[in-house]
Amino acid sequence: MMSSVPLSWYLILSAILFGLGIAGFLFRKNLITVFMSIELMLNAVNLSFVAFSYHLKQVDGHIFTFFVMVVAAAEAAVGLAIILTVFKNRSTLEVDEVDSMKL
Amino acid sequence: MLETAFFYLFALLTLGGGVLMITRRSAVHSAIWLIVSLMGVAGLYLLQQAEFLFAVQIILYVGGIMVLFLFVIMLVNLDQAAKERQFVKPWWVALAVLLAIGGEFAYILRTNTGAFRFAVPVEQPPPAGGNTEILADVLFSQYLLPFEIASLLLLVAVVGSVIMARKRA
Repeated sequence: MMSSVPLSWYLILSAILFGLGIAGFLFRKNLITVFMSIELMLNAVNLSFVAFSYHLKQVDGHIFTFFVMVVAAAEAAVGLAIILTVFKNRSTLEVDEVDSMKL
Repeated sequence: MLETAFFYLFALLTLGGGVLMITRRSAVHSAIWLIVSLMGVAGLYLLQQAEFLFAVQIILYVGGIMVLFLFVIMLVNLDQAAKERQFVKPWWVALAVLLAIGGEFAYILRTNTGAFRFAVPVEQPPPAGGNTEILADVLFSQYLLPFEIASLLLLVAVVGSVIMARKRA
């Protein structure tokens, strides 16, 4: 049974979502929002993995998406710990002002 | 027809959530809209018969990562920062990079006959069992080593974040 939604629609949606993530990453000043934009980009890539997996009728894309999610969880834990430490040391989270990890 | 309608619904959730996430002033609002966007992506997974990933997306992203984000947002006090400007100062640099990447995407979409030539799926009998069952079979046989490495990575991340976030001695 062929799907009524073509693969290219999913890929275009994924590209737009990735572009939104890039826009948030580049334009926002708050470190936490920048970090959330990275999560948005990871999700865009996951979406195209799953779309190809569905198109080719194989589960390898699902496995890869699963690993991306695991890495995203690890990244969020470490990244948010770094953000907390930066805030403790500098009491600001603006990317214009936090320009080095050292005090 | 129903599938197309659901695709539009979930795509609207995903993109709308994404746009509102990068434009809201308050970080908490951004996080809430990101959750909406992630739910939209989860719906798209369900539409593509990836039931296991749908569940993992809800449990791990919405239930785990985003709650972590909200905790950190509430730990750092950003009330004062929310009143100031919210976009970076050299905005034209950001705009130039964004236009370059957007131009690349547009070019690929315009030359669609060349860019969108996909492999034809091989005709094969569908594997027995549900999506989760098949995934488990593949994950614990073909991808066993990456699975173990991923668990090691999670251990390192847990230890690292505890060391990073604890009080200075």
